[in-house]
Amino acid sequence: MKQYIIKRILSAIPLLLVISFLCFVFINLIPSDPAEVALRIRQVPVITEEAILEVRQELGLDNPYFIRYFNWLLDCLKGDFGISYVNPKRTVAGELLRCLPATLQLAGASFIIVIVLSIPVGVLCAVYKDSLFDKITRSIVFITTAMPSYWIGLLLMWIVSLKLDLLPTNGNGTWKHLILPAFTVSLSYISTYIRLIRNNMLENMKQDYVLYANVRGLPQKMIFLKHILKNSMHTCIVAIGMSIPQLISGTIVVENVFAWPGLGTLCISSIFNRDYPVIQAYVLLIGALFVFFNLIFDILQTVSDPRMRKEA
Amino acid sequence: MLQRFLHNKMAVGTVSLVLFIALLGIFAPLIAPNDPYATDILNKFQSFSIQYPFGTDNLGRCIFSRMLYGIRPTLGLAVLTMICTITLGALMGLLAGYFRGFVEEFIMRVVDVMLSFPSQIMVFAVVALLGISVQNVIIANVFIKWAWYARMIRTGVMQYRDKNFVQFSRCVGTPERFILLRHLVPSIASDLAVLSSLDVGWAIINISTLSFLGLGVQAPTPEWGAMLNEAKNVLTSNPTQMLIPGVAIVILVSAFNLMGDALRDVLDPKEVSK
Repeated sequence: MKQYIIKRILSAIPLLLVISFLCFVFINLIPSDPAEVALRIRQVPVITEEAILEVRQELGLDNPYFIRYFNWLLDCLKGDFGISYVNPKRTVAGELLRCLPATLQLAGASFIIVIVLSIPVGVLCAVYKDSLFDKITRSIVFITTAMPSYWIGLLLMWIVSLKLDLLPTNGNGTWKHLILPAFTVSLSYISTYIRLIRNNMLENMKQDYVLYANVRGLPQKMIFLKHILKNSMHTCIVAIGMSIPQLISGTIVVENVFAWPGLGTLCISSIFNRDYPVIQAYVLLIGALFVFFNLIFDILQTVSDPRMRKEA
Repeated sequence: MLQRFLHNKMAVGTVSLVLFIALLGIFAPLIAPNDPYATDILNKFQSFSIQYPFGTDNLGRCIFSRMLYGIRPTLGLAVLTMICTITLGALMGLLAGYFRGFVEEFIMRVVDVMLSFPSQIMVFAVVALLGISVQNVIIANVFIKWAWYARMIRTGVMQYRDKNFVQFSRCVGTPERFILLRHLVPSIASDLAVLSSLDVGWAIINISTLSFLGLGVQAPTPEWGAMLNEAKNVLTSNPTQMLIPGVAIVILVSAFNLMGDALRDVLDPKEVSK
């Protein structure tokens, strides 16, 4: 078991290296000279050839590619992602830290909504298969998968905020501001997981162990709670857990609709301002989170599931 | 095959709906009652009328005409994206599944890395890197999606490569090219058709999202996402402007989703006989 966990952790390292290398290549592909950009950031009035050469030496841009990558990686590990192109007074790490709490708040709230709504509804749909409730839920799920999240946001804003005047349309601060964006983010995940949980439970109901439990004459409630539910929750919890980084990155669109001051808004405004270091750090951060959460839930699944433990 | 297709009401219905919408887009200049670009600020926020079937927007442009013209970028770009994705993915998948060895190892490692990135972030990274334009939106979408197809097609090829009919064919000396194009491609075509029709819906949502954020099709062009972006600013005064493109997107994407499910029933004879 320990061996498996260590192996799994070690296997994540090359992936992280590749992701970081891609991010490094990314900033080197942009059509501007980093030395020139550095001079502009320092607000040097006239940019001469000599100045560019000097800065190039100073920043180590003459070094071979891999040495530069290595230096950059070391800086990143220390938490130094460079300086914003647009506002030289601000570091990229500072910008990310400023926006991170708002995004985490939004993603966290959405995660709670996803769990609270999708698990009970999915279970009920499986139990009362083909009932009216199941049919209505399935059609809602079908329609929401065809709805773009930004349009859901606009609709909610129009109905809840403007027509009913219940919640504020945008900005953040109180819990009231959080409800609409969080619900918008979670809606597409809710429909995915309702379907996943429903199908998974129906799949489990057909298994032999359920038949055996029936043959043994166990009460239906017991079979359901102790066998079917327990078995299908395994897969579902892991699937939902793995979607956490997706939730964090998925806020990007909704944040822009609701003017939520998080990472997504920062990312889009950086794209418009061509603030490449910010975009680079953002992509690196999300990529690392993705690998990290996949690792954690992979290990958790193996630890919790006896069948997989055996394989490992 | 055709018989089964015609018997499946859902398949016929969705395919004809999509074709109908496509035809509306192609013949938009003939059908549209007004010029989609003509602004008439005095007539802004008109409600439904015979001259303006869906009313007018914040600049007094006919929403119905803009919706019709908007089919071209919305549906056209999505289909173009999927064609490029499938071509690239199929090429990589066939290469990996068929030749194996070093080629496979290399391609599949690249695919693994591609799949380990959250796709939404990749789209934004690619658009940020290449600059904001329609062409780059398509490149970005192809870039994040091809790996799924490469993996799916490789799995399909591996499944069929050692099947008896392929082995027989090889025994009687058919050239490799023939095996690849006449045996393997048709075998995986049905899976491909199902998945790609589901993914056209995904592409429509993705491209319109980028346009909505101002990173794709730009403002005066009547793309549905871009139209929603304009409608967002007049949400309080003219909510119908926001409803119509949204409903249209939902209908089109649902049609593609249903089409995918229906095609699965039609194309997979094993499923039907069960």
